[in-house]
Amino acid sequence: MTKVYVSSVIPAPAADVWKVVRDFNGLPDWAPFVAESRIEQNAHADRIGCIRSFTLKDGGRIRERLLALSDYDLSCSYAILESPMQVENYVATLSLTPITDGNLTLAEWQAEFDCTPEREAALTQQIGSGVFQAALTALKQRFGR
Amino acid sequence: MVQVRQSTIIDAPIEEVWAILRDFNGHDRWHPAIASSEIDGGEPADAVGAVRHFRLAGGGELREQLLALSDKERRLSYCLLEAPLPLMGYVASIRLKPVTDGNATFWEWRSEFHPPAHRRDELVKLVAEDIYRAGFAAIRNLLGRRDAAMPAEARPSPAIMPSRPTGVAPRSIPAPSILAPPRDTRETTRAILVERYGGPDVLELKEIALPPPAPSEVRIRHMAIGVNFIDVYCRTGFFDLLRPPGVPGMEAAGVIEAVGAAISGLSVGDRVAYACPPVGAYAERRNMTADLLVRLSDDISDEVAAASLLKGVAASFLLHDVHAVRPGEVVLIHAAAGGIGQLLVQWARHLGATVIATVSSDDKARIVERLGAHHVIVYSREDFSEAVMRLTAGAGANVIYDAVGVDTFAGSLAALATRGHLVSFGQASGPVGTWDIDRLASKSITVSRPNYAHYTDTPEKLAPHVDRFFTAFRQRAVRIGQPASYDLAKAADAHRDLETRKTSGALVLLP
Repeated sequence: MTKVYVSSVIPAPAADVWKVVRDFNGLPDWAPFVAESRIEQNAHADRIGCIRSFTLKDGGRIRERLLALSDYDLSCSYAILESPMQVENYVATLSLTPITDGNLTLAEWQAEFDCTPEREAALTQQIGSGVFQAALTALKQRFGR
Repeated sequence: MVQVRQSTIIDAPIEEVWAILRDFNGHDRWHPAIASSEIDGGEPADAVGAVRHFRLAGGGELREQLLALSDKERRLSYCLLEAPLPLMGYVASIRLKPVTDGNATFWEWRSEFHPPAHRRDELVKLVAEDIYRAGFAAIRNLLGRRDAAMPAEARPSPAIMPSRPTGVAPRSIPAPSILAPPRDTRETTRAILVERYGGPDVLELKEIALPPPAPSEVRIRHMAIGVNFIDVYCRTGFFDLLRPPGVPGMEAAGVIEAVGAAISGLSVGDRVAYACPPVGAYAERRNMTADLLVRLSDDISDEVAAASLLKGVAASFLLHDVHAVRPGEVVLIHAAAGGIGQLLVQWARHLGATVIATVSSDDKARIVERLGAHHVIVYSREDFSEAVMRLTAGAGANVIYDAVGVDTFAGSLAALATRGHLVSFGQASGPVGTWDIDRLASKSITVSRPNYAHYTDTPEKLAPHVDRFFTAFRQRAVRIGQPASYDLAKAADAHRDLETRKTSGALVLLP
């Protein structure tokens, strides 16, 4: 099992950041690499079990299932059903924690998955820096002071 | 049940912050509310179940038990067993998380307890502010880093940080906005930067950022920088006054070239010197809080000031406060030809004591004889404790000033008089290790282990020593020899010479 962890300080209160990231269908609104997204079968985007199907700007298509969404913990977990990344058992969690000192937010994004050993380093880099940290950086700039 | 939750960002790697916080008995070293702390029954401080028994700076005593500690999750929790306040059922946890795009640390401190209803607000405020937020500030202060969580205009002055390398390929991801150093054009200065603890080789000349002085600071252009054994202990990590990357050095003389907005009584062009933490003197220029600066009069040169202020202040509190030397006392001074040894010999004699000096060679013996030592022992040739007993007709020395450490400690105990006082103020040959204090009873020996900062860290503590030292200097009670000088870039050579005992007297670096 390979693990990836990234985190970032977002210069805004956790409630404000959560409004943006809790929308499971909202990636095109803030993640720089997502072109468009829809929820399959007209389900609500905060319904556990719903599937988002989105297209990356580079053309790749990904389907992910919402596993958990907590407005109390400010966290959301999901699993990949289909992607061009050659990963298995991929489960990720995006969570927010208030930083009381300055009313900021710690955003954490972590994933666990299986892959072939020779792809591990490249996937860790791609998911960690290319996807999660890049998206958190975009989030940071969205709230930028 | 109330819950208190406070969190912050500390601009330091998580390993550094955790190394401090995981020591369940170490809170007296950083939290301003804690005066002293010990673990009941001598258990290891990180053993689950250990109970820390501590005293507040305000006088109350508390006991707290470690409930869990995880180095993997960087989390620990504890509960109160006894306290002078009704924090009933108090259970608290500390949790760290890394901030991966800035090498910073998220720190959360939370607790639950049942206060009496009428004291609820007061106790919640006390825990949140006086314990947690004060703890955040103290750790930030200890690590000497800037506060990433605060808006830029409210930040304390940035710690000295290596200037960003130029010519590095831009990263594909935009640089983080709030954790990155500001991108304005900063001034730089050349300084000796310690990027990791180690031997003299870690002392490397680098270009580092020099921010504008904070409101309470002045910027000093150094003319001469003192080299002291305490700098060696900072370089090796034996003392944690310096945390890498950092600039060593606690003593220098120079000219003020800029003053902060809140400074009064000091102006550009004034000659000043200092001998105090924080470290950072091994630099061409630096910012320094103004309240511990000493003005230099024209009769004191930069080199003399830089070579002698720290040693003079130390000699002052060693001879007057740690032990008040009285006329007729027998004073034994080890490493008497060294920078501070030379001052102690002259000054103890001036105070009317009989001075016995130990040195490592005949050349050094001639130096301390010229300074007025009544007796000189070359300890490489002669057992110094036997010699002291012979010179004192079996009575022994009333006080021994010992900066040598492990090599002389046992001999010093043997050379002391009944009710003698061993002042161990350094460990040039290595730490003295563990000693059984029962043995001290055979002569009712007192042992002191003074720490420079505790005698000098406020203007009120420092000023009397500075005055006393400069007065002694002007009265020629102590004379300062011409220090050996090295280019700032050759700081490593200065440390090598100091550590291999090649030198006598003081050493200075010239920028």
